[in-house]
Amino acid sequence: MLDVKLNPSQRKTAEMAKNIANVKGRSLWADARRRFVQNKAAMVSVFVLGLVILFSFFGGYATEYDNETIDWNVLGSVAKVGQPSIESGHYFGFDDSARDLYSRVVQGSRISLAVGVVGAFIAVLVGTLYGAVAGFVGGRVDSIMMRLVDIFMSIPYMFVLILLLVVFGRSITMIFVGIGLTAWLDMSRIVRGQTLSLKNKEFIEAAMVTGVSTPKIILRHIVPNLLGVVVVYATLLVPQMILTESFISFLGLGVQEPLTSWGALISEGVKTMYYGAYWQLGFPLGFFIVAIFCFFFIGDGLRDALDPKDR
Amino acid sequence: MNNQSPLLNVDDLRVWFDVKPSGAMPWTKADKLKAVDGVSFSLMPGETLGIVGESGCGKSTLARAIMRMVPTETGTALWLGEDLLAMSKGEMRGHRKEMQMIFQDPLASLNPRMTIGQIVAEPLKTHYPDKRPGEVKKMVREALERVGILPNLVNRYPHEFSGGQCQRIGIARALIVDPRLIICDEPVSALDVSIQAQVINLLMELQKEMGLSLIFIAHDLSVVKHISTRVMVLYLGNVVEISDSAQLYKSPGHPYTEALISAVPIPDPKAQLAKEVMMLDQDLPSPLDPPSGCVFRTRCPFAKDICAREKPVLTDRGNGQNVACHVR
Repeated sequence: MLDVKLNPSQRKTAEMAKNIANVKGRSLWADARRRFVQNKAAMVSVFVLGLVILFSFFGGYATEYDNETIDWNVLGSVAKVGQPSIESGHYFGFDDSARDLYSRVVQGSRISLAVGVVGAFIAVLVGTLYGAVAGFVGGRVDSIMMRLVDIFMSIPYMFVLILLLVVFGRSITMIFVGIGLTAWLDMSRIVRGQTLSLKNKEFIEAAMVTGVSTPKIILRHIVPNLLGVVVVYATLLVPQMILTESFISFLGLGVQEPLTSWGALISEGVKTMYYGAYWQLGFPLGFFIVAIFCFFFIGDGLRDALDPKDR
Repeated sequence: MNNQSPLLNVDDLRVWFDVKPSGAMPWTKADKLKAVDGVSFSLMPGETLGIVGESGCGKSTLARAIMRMVPTETGTALWLGEDLLAMSKGEMRGHRKEMQMIFQDPLASLNPRMTIGQIVAEPLKTHYPDKRPGEVKKMVREALERVGILPNLVNRYPHEFSGGQCQRIGIARALIVDPRLIICDEPVSALDVSIQAQVINLLMELQKEMGLSLIFIAHDLSVVKHISTRVMVLYLGNVVEISDSAQLYKSPGHPYTEALISAVPIPDPKAQLAKEVMMLDQDLPSPLDPPSGCVFRTRCPFAKDICAREKPVLTDRGNGQNVACHVR
């Protein structure tokens, strides 16, 4: 210990400080969590989205009807006798093929959320790795990798997606491939930019001087500092994925019968609007809007919580 | 001390950067920016070498070149007889624990997502991966204690400390592997004066205790005077003078050194007003196109014809002064 000359009051403070056991520091993550919890819109969204997710997993247990059986008594007169009703147990009524709409919405929610989360996860994984490598290696590798991204970006992706679905057949796998091909491009650009600014920070230089190996620098120093941006972008990417899938399904190219998704259900609902079966549009649309809003609010909340300076 | 062999012997070190003019085509030949142009010096064990010079004269680049952070053009840097610049990356990694660095911005040199315990432990874990966690913890505590940070704060994060404390943590990180040389790249220029004094006294104390050598880069001459045994003055990537600290401040050998010293403010308004400041006209010439002969001649009040023709070499003036000048 250094021999520091202290006056009595300082000495007392120092002694008191010594008696405190290990002080638990508050990490930037803990700070961010505190800010996030204080954000009411985001917390309500987390709660509501939690309900939607629970609904998509366990909603099926709340009804005796499955999503396949056709009620032949209703078929043909869905508009007249297929209304939502609590007594009959068809909470959301029937769809146009006289199947239980509630079960259909449960099924559609599950698929839409899966497409959103899995699609965003793939995009974030690929984009982060690609961007971090391009940014950290730099030089010619960086130029080539980023020009490739520019070329991919200049192709209208909806056109490519529709072409893929037409040529290779309509399936969920093809939707994943099609969306995945394009969604990581933005992510890689964002991550590359962040990596470039991190690379010149003194703590990276300090690690290099110390002799820490490059993979360890990326894992220990670059990635944890990127995570804030990545998390925010990922939560904003999920609704974007859901929207894309819904749009493709709305066009009739996406998820195929007997599977369904929010987009496909909305598409059916629009077709039957003219004879008054509004519930077929209303219920899937309601879930769709609520989920999208929740994701956006959570994304905004995360951004505010993780980047208090950039507000 | 002088009969010992030098710890570090740098000879004719050149660092040139490729600079492309704006709007250049990919095939255009790059211009050479001569950031460090033929610097030679040696450093004895336990010695402090101050490096001074104005912004952009190559002080930091020189330090980074020795640490192999920037590619060098020519030259050698003998570390106990082995050339650092010719080593493979793996060999260099083995030597990195013997030389550590302290940086200018104390907060920016600490990873904001790691606790200070993790930060200080990192060099130890890198160079001694087999150490047991308990032992690492003990050494981290000792290192923190040595720089005057309460060791029960190991779980805190860098943003919870002041600038001076962050710099102490940076010093603890450098000390933990028991280095023989610490390169301090303007370690105090981001701190206020009273904290500067604390950090510098801490460095001097540690040096005495552990027998460290220091390379101390600064643009504040009074700070350098306080800590250095010898001072090297850089101008435009060239050494214009290396002298014993006391001698340099008493009678500067090179006109540029004289101008630098005369610009140091004296903390007494009357004396400051009475003092004659040697003003240099013009700005620093571009290192892309340095003057012929003596690089200082364009701003030197004593320049003669020979200065434009021949590059002056460092010559020993006796009494511990080495000056590169035709005139003096």
